[in-house]
Amino acid sequence: MSTALIFYLFAGLTVASGAMVVSARNPVHSVLWLILCFFNTAGLFLLLGAEFLAMVLVIVYVGAVAVLFLFVVMMLDVNRAELRAGFLHYLPLGGLVGAVLLGELVAVAFAWSPSESSEALTRAPLPDPLKVTNTQALGHLLYTDYVFLFQTAGLILLVAMIGAILLTHRRRSGVRRQSIADQVERTPRSVELRKVQSGRGL
Amino acid sequence: MTVMFEIGLSHYLTVAAILFTLGVVGIFLNRKNVIIIMMSIELILLAVNLNLVAFSSVLHDLVGQVLAMFVLTVAAAEAAIGLAIIVVFFRSRGTIAVEDISQLKG
Repeated sequence: MSTALIFYLFAGLTVASGAMVVSARNPVHSVLWLILCFFNTAGLFLLLGAEFLAMVLVIVYVGAVAVLFLFVVMMLDVNRAELRAGFLHYLPLGGLVGAVLLGELVAVAFAWSPSESSEALTRAPLPDPLKVTNTQALGHLLYTDYVFLFQTAGLILLVAMIGAILLTHRRRSGVRRQSIADQVERTPRSVELRKVQSGRGL
Repeated sequence: MTVMFEIGLSHYLTVAAILFTLGVVGIFLNRKNVIIIMMSIELILLAVNLNLVAFSSVLHDLVGQVLAMFVLTVAAAEAAIGLAIIVVFFRSRGTIAVEDISQLKG
């Protein structure tokens, strides 16, 4: 009973904040609703017994991705009214597509039942939560059976990091900065000595 | 009433379905603001993660949670790259309206 109430609390807040993400007038408010949505989904993950993923969701999504969105939204000075034009124009089509999609998905969700052979297909059975914590079990699986996928995930993050830095990095003109390559390749001939008068400078 | 108070897989799948639909509708409604479109994509990926974790919990298989973690990784990478592209585009054009990006066509 209490589990059901907690589920409805988290689920209701998740759906409501998800709706606010797409309908808020101000993009900054959208990001804040997105953060609330992530928090409540983390609560749902906790109810499902996936503690590690719940914490990862809070740390990575709320702490990194949502804050990244917030930075970009605040950094770009966008014209809000112009960008919102056509919101109501697209509402009938979007609502229709959404209603059809939702109907189909919910029909699948309630008609679905596991096949009898699904028990035999289990790749990594969930251990007893009283003996092995979720984090331990997940780490054990991740560093043994899925170690190559894990490495690939790290590689993807590295490529994303390098790509993001490369894309947004720019050289400003008119800023004096040290160029070590120029300094190193200097020869005695390229150096010109001048007599500097005191108090004048070059 | 028992359906209401016994939380099973279908309840979680329904929440995920609603979240997924909200993401898709968000893409339709905010067709001009590319940042909101990216947030909608995040919502969709979150719904997928919720599905994976719900199935993992109900079928007693940990692989679903491993997969959810990889989805999370890719979503984070995608957000970083996407936002970087938006920042670069805004610097050169001064706008992020999706319609103005048509000049990217080869």
